[in-house]
Amino acid sequence: MSTTTTTTAGDDNKWIGKRTVRPDGADKVTGRAAYAADTNMPGMIWGKVLRSPHPHARIKSINTAKAEAHPGVKAVVTAKDVVDFPIAKSVMLGIQDMRWMCRNVMAREKALFVGHPVAAVAATSEKIAAEACKLIEVEYEVLPFVIDVEEAMKPDAPVLHDHITFEGKPSNIAGKLEHKLGDVGEGFAKADVIIERSFRTQPVHQGYIEPHACLVSVSDGKATIWSSSQGQFMVRAMCAYLTGIPQNDIRAIPAEIGGGFGGKTIVYLEPVATLLAKKSGRPVKMAMTRTEVFHASGPTSGSYSKVKLGATKDGKIVAGEGTYCLQAGALPGSPIRGAAGCAFAPYDIPNVHSVGYDVVSNRSKVAAYRAPGAPIGAYAVECVMDELAEALKMDPLQLRLKNAAKQGTKAAHGPTFPRIGFVETIEEAIAHPHYKTPLAKPKNGVLHGRGVASGFWFNAGGESSAQVNVNEDGTVVVITGHPDIGGSRASTANIVAEVLGIDYRKVSVLIGDTSVIGFSNLTGGSRVTYASAMVVTQSTENVIGQLKARAAKIWKIDPEAVIWENGEARPAGDNAGKFEPMTLGQLAAQANATGGPIGAGTQLNTTGAEGGFATHVCDVEVDPELGIVRVLRYTSFQDVGRAIHPGYVEGQMQGGAAQGIGWALSEEYIYDKNGKLDNPSFLDYRMPVTSDLPMLDTVIIEVPNPKHPQGVRGVGEVPLVPPLAAVSNAIHNALGQRFYSLPMSPPKVLAALESKTAKAA
Amino acid sequence: MAKLHVSTTINGEPQEFLCDADQSMLDVLRGPLGLTGSKEGCGSGDCGACSITLDGRLVCSCLMLAAEAEGRQIATIEGMAGEELHPLQTKFLEMAALQCGICTPGVLMAAKSLLERNPDPTEHEVRFWLAGNLCRCTGYDKIVRAVMETAADMRGGAR
Repeated sequence: MSTTTTTTAGDDNKWIGKRTVRPDGADKVTGRAAYAADTNMPGMIWGKVLRSPHPHARIKSINTAKAEAHPGVKAVVTAKDVVDFPIAKSVMLGIQDMRWMCRNVMAREKALFVGHPVAAVAATSEKIAAEACKLIEVEYEVLPFVIDVEEAMKPDAPVLHDHITFEGKPSNIAGKLEHKLGDVGEGFAKADVIIERSFRTQPVHQGYIEPHACLVSVSDGKATIWSSSQGQFMVRAMCAYLTGIPQNDIRAIPAEIGGGFGGKTIVYLEPVATLLAKKSGRPVKMAMTRTEVFHASGPTSGSYSKVKLGATKDGKIVAGEGTYCLQAGALPGSPIRGAAGCAFAPYDIPNVHSVGYDVVSNRSKVAAYRAPGAPIGAYAVECVMDELAEALKMDPLQLRLKNAAKQGTKAAHGPTFPRIGFVETIEEAIAHPHYKTPLAKPKNGVLHGRGVASGFWFNAGGESSAQVNVNEDGTVVVITGHPDIGGSRASTANIVAEVLGIDYRKVSVLIGDTSVIGFSNLTGGSRVTYASAMVVTQSTENVIGQLKARAAKIWKIDPEAVIWENGEARPAGDNAGKFEPMTLGQLAAQANATGGPIGAGTQLNTTGAEGGFATHVCDVEVDPELGIVRVLRYTSFQDVGRAIHPGYVEGQMQGGAAQGIGWALSEEYIYDKNGKLDNPSFLDYRMPVTSDLPMLDTVIIEVPNPKHPQGVRGVGEVPLVPPLAAVSNAIHNALGQRFYSLPMSPPKVLAALESKTAKAA
Repeated sequence: MAKLHVSTTINGEPQEFLCDADQSMLDVLRGPLGLTGSKEGCGSGDCGACSITLDGRLVCSCLMLAAEAEGRQIATIEGMAGEELHPLQTKFLEMAALQCGICTPGVLMAAKSLLERNPDPTEHEVRFWLAGNLCRCTGYDKIVRAVMETAADMRGGAR
């Protein structure tokens, strides 16, 4: 078994950088933690969604009379009950457009994909709700449909939205984004080697194990929503927009979340359940089945892309050009910014032209998925990099090192990089035993190969709030506004314990609902540990200021003459006077006598997140008889700035690598000829299981972010960016044959090998 | 149709419930019995989040009819810890072998069942025994390591 290594920049901390036990840990290993589907209420009834059987159909009429008359049915809702946002006018909430969101949660003029909600029923049991859904009569005018991105871009393709035009004509191209740096024409003219290739990827689902679920109670016009999401404030705002209930009358309570990976950054069920609860006067619970999750939530885009790189013969890349066509699904909003923006960002290329097209087609609307778009962008660029290295007869990591972005490099998507740690990820990879170990020789026809790839993600700051309260017994309660999706409470506890100088076990970390903590943006974009560390640190420092003032009051000296050290107030020096140090517990016990409760809150729009980089090395074996590719060894090298809790940092790196391996080798949305998803189950949508993977080694590199109190950079997104190309390049290294389409599943590998054999014969 | 009356033993305690003939064990655990530690990730036996043991045998409770519990012994995640956490639970926390935690109850039930049969599993054996438990967060690395380390600790403790 190989090992996981950690490099640590400086180790004078007591808790930061330590593998503490997460505050919510015991609940999660004993089954006590309450996820969205685990809560019930007295008088609760069940909601079910009626979904479109057609990929594209005009809804001519909906008759709900029979469903409403069905015994046990308490409410039925359709698009008439959802706030209407006219289709031609944008209504933005962050990056989400409410005119699309209102149509995604409930089809309005047209059903746009198989599984699109058309109506919903609340009844006294799930069974009755499902029966009643079948009694709803929907008159459809079935329309021609289009599924694939290249088909959808053709001039004669069925058009989903009449008001969307591109270059003056009705079109499925809903948006275009362009990044330009220098002059690519001039750049390519200087190149000795130019390689241009096209790539295809299939939509893949985030694959969280917890299906979407919620419980909503509406009483006296006020709604309480328990749901699993990546942001209770997002749930509140979207439900307010879509139901018309003002934000002050909505309390959104974050349940424990059973995975999201971006897929829970928008609402599906919550506004529907709210409307059903309002209409029925009863609390309504809704939970998707796994089939519904696959049909109607997520996934991320499938894509068609074309990338061209040019280099001089000494290996300097002089120009890069990329076109990324991404499926948005039925409603606009594919992650073209991530694809076109991140693709070339790891490299110092003077001339770049990167274009993204947002293309609608009759499949479920995409949702964010871990570094949205960036894996698609990197897949194409990093595979072309591999061919470029081959053509230049250079080691692929040396080619990356030679062209690596560093402090001062101007990125095509805008920023000039500050101190970043990309070079370090490549250097560590080159020096690592994994890269130096020779590959095994072919045995029984099984071939071995090694591939590398790098990746970039923007990272994010944004709004966060935290409250730090000192309890009467000297323990501490911290409340933040970010659902804890992968151990962020542990990081928060480490930081507060470190700053206060107390044992981390004296720090409880809770996630506040919308009524108890200030606005906090989504758990996503690799922003939570980054941003919450800032507000938590500032709050804790404020608390320390108060503690020093209380000690000063007790000692009758100037607050400036008190210092805080190892969890105690002490006189700054002999001149300040001779007093025994006072612990947090002692000061807390006297709080009321010295001025009242001790606590502080901070609310910030955080900035300075800066980008994150990683380099991955992957070894595979390919069985040419079966077409099966197995990953044998995998090592991720990532600059994380500062690992507040190395266990959960490694966990992010490993989890992202595993998802990337699945994307590369086995996961895909498969549609039948009727435009219906053919594999909406975990049996047929093949995510990696334990026996598919080796240990996933990690090397944490810490180049501290100078703009952050602890030096943190985002961690969670980058790990999904390099794997698609790392696996692809490893397969080429094994077989001597390149694949330009994902997933590289056994039937595709076999077909490619057979056509190669046929050509040779 | 009238409900069926079932007498069974859950986590060592006698338990009675009423259920429909077509109701799954998972539904009854999570619904009337209030044992929501077993999770529904798929309802089709593919994810293992609802893993329990039936007379000591690991099963997906979503694939078991509740009526089949009659006269049998059922163990769920809620019964795994005694006064202290089970060594697997402790190790999972120490080694950060969970992130979101939704698969964790099922993984722990499966891992406990493995160690009861095979106190010294190889990595290969752990990976194939746990292949029916999907985890999307961890990439399984820390889960496999935690199971193997727990096995080593428990073997050491038994000597």
